Amino acid sequence: MNPIRTRADSPWGRGVGLRVGGLSWRVSPRALVVAVVFAVVAVVVSVVSIGGGDYPMSFGEVVRALAGRGDASTDFIVNQLRLPRAVTALAVGAALGLAGALFQSLSRNPLGSPDLLGFTQGSATGVLVATVLAGGSGLGLAVGAVTGGVLTGVLIVLLVGRNGAHGQRLVLVGVGVAAILTGVNGYLLTKAQITDAARAVLWLTGSLDGRDWKQATPVLVMLAIAVAVTASCGRALRTIELGDEGARALGVPVDRVRGALLAVAVLLASLAAAAAGPVSFVALTAPQLARRLTRSSGPNALPAACLGAALLAAADLAGQRLVPGHQLPVGVVTGLLGGGYLIWLLTTERKAGRL
Amino acid sequence: MTFTFVRRFALAAVLLAAVAALSLAVGARPLGPPEVWRGLTDPGTDAYTVVHQMRLPRTLLGLVVGAALGLAGALMQSLTRNPLGDPGLLGINVGAAAAVVTGISFLGVTSFAGYVWLAFAGAGVVAVLLYGIGGGRGATPARLALAGAAVNAALYAYVSAVELLDTASLDRMRFWTVGSLAAAQTSTVQKVTPFVLVGVVLALALARPLNALAMGDDTARALGARPALVRGAGIVAVTLLCGAATAACGPIVFLGLMVPHLVRAVVGPDLRLLLPYSALAAPVLMLVADVLGRVVARPSEVQVGVLTVVLGGPFFLYFVRRRKAAAL
Repeated sequence: MNPIRTRADSPWGRGVGLRVGGLSWRVSPRALVVAVVFAVVAVVVSVVSIGGGDYPMSFGEVVRALAGRGDASTDFIVNQLRLPRAVTALAVGAALGLAGALFQSLSRNPLGSPDLLGFTQGSATGVLVATVLAGGSGLGLAVGAVTGGVLTGVLIVLLVGRNGAHGQRLVLVGVGVAAILTGVNGYLLTKAQITDAARAVLWLTGSLDGRDWKQATPVLVMLAIAVAVTASCGRALRTIELGDEGARALGVPVDRVRGALLAVAVLLASLAAAAAGPVSFVALTAPQLARRLTRSSGPNALPAACLGAALLAAADLAGQRLVPGHQLPVGVVTGLLGGGYLIWLLTTERKAGRL
Repeated sequence: MTFTFVRRFALAAVLLAAVAALSLAVGARPLGPPEVWRGLTDPGTDAYTVVHQMRLPRTLLGLVVGAALGLAGALMQSLTRNPLGDPGLLGINVGAAAAVVTGISFLGVTSFAGYVWLAFAGAGVVAVLLYGIGGGRGATPARLALAGAAVNAALYAYVSAVELLDTASLDRMRFWTVGSLAAAQTSTVQKVTPFVLVGVVLALALARPLNALAMGDDTARALGARPALVRGAGIVAVTLLCGAATAACGPIVFLGLMVPHLVRAVVGPDLRLLLPYSALAAPVLMLVADVLGRVVARPSEVQVGVLTVVLGGPFFLYFVRRRKAAAL
């Protein structure tokens, strides 16, 4: 047997201490580089995406307009019409990436993402109930999505029980709940008026069409809260990944930390769903890709969030350009790509004997 | 042994006949037993129109589709050696649905004959794909369920994309993708039955070799079964049964999961009993769900696909909870 040498042996992978006054963090340069690179990619893709459309603009024009130096018409198109959509895409992508990272870390399961566990379907049920009962106004949809997501979260936690939060049972319960809710959603869809149904199907696939600041703001606020909570709990979370008993012995208030992070993750996923619909698979793929790129354990929250934003912005751009004459909703693109990715993940995990 | 066999078989047959009669009687215009009889036999009455135009095709389709799905579920659980092998949960029915939706929207297919072949193609591709991803017989339940969830999600995204690009078909397809018997016609029953019959015969013929396979490939070979051939034939049978059922009334989940477990609790794991009883018991459940759907939300109806989910989902969750994760 050869001795195993990992990247974690070098300070590049393992991280370096950072000290400011009485506070200190451990920062992994590699994770930081990954996060920054994908943040830049996300912004560049968004600028390209803003430049496309019925009135095409060059990269430079868009940047000038964003800086407030464009002429009146480009300024209006960029800042009033297209910027909200781009920002919503970035915020939703980051929220999903972060929520996925938290779920996967808390459930100690690479497949513990809100779309496989049924949270997104729960949000969809809430939205459909709002659509059928109230005709689906903007606020009703958001309230419905959050209520549905949170109730599903409570239901799953109750069904799984205290000691089964990790392992296969969580995934199986999630798959079951997701299947039931999919059936219920289909029924609600047949109860709606055809115009409402068409809008609901569009929402159900996940779309960024015609989003304005009203949709983006709640996600952005929640994202800020979530980043703060995650940053303050990051160390505790990494300890919990080692096992509850060990973490308790090291002085981590396991239940409190887990409860707080779970609440944050559910709210993030639900608000993202309220803004853009249940965009599938971003929450599953972003943390997995982040983990592979940073080559470090732990939740990889920041890289996952940046990767999620980049993924969603790129998927939205692809949806706009892929079929000429049609705009594919972003959820279709992520669904097709993410489904393929999950199949690949299952195949490689099997070969590696991990699942 | 033979006595219990006869008794149980008679019980199942009586139950099936009773539920079928109930399905003929219950609906927007309820019919009493004498009226049902007149409706079946006397062409002059109103009841005759109701029974022959609406309820008889619906009941027959329920019988055929139910039998197909129950049998497919039992076969799938045996082939994958997996207690969660349900064709709906694993995405085989959605595969058929995706192929049909493609046909409706892009190829301009309008006839049922066209649907059926497309549904077979879709179901077959997904069945083979799942078998590959799931790792064949070495797959754990969670792996297979996840592979199914992945296939389901990707194909669901595709189906809704097609629906969105084409609002006219959305109006038709949103009812079809839930799974309903309401639109049943005699011609549909006639066209779907031969395919299901072939599937049923093939499945029942596989009972004995599949029993051998349950003891492991080496033992099976020693007993004279050819594992690769049996599995191939099993996948063909599942494809036939699921494809035909889905083409006739849309994707229906959980029926194929529930029935074999309930039947196994009574008759045991021997496939020579399990397969025929599943084929008898599943239509009972299907028709009960359909009759319930006509009653619970009067004056409108709840689609049978919704009720199988509402009844079958909790069963699935109970099953997952009852077993320890290690036992799965």
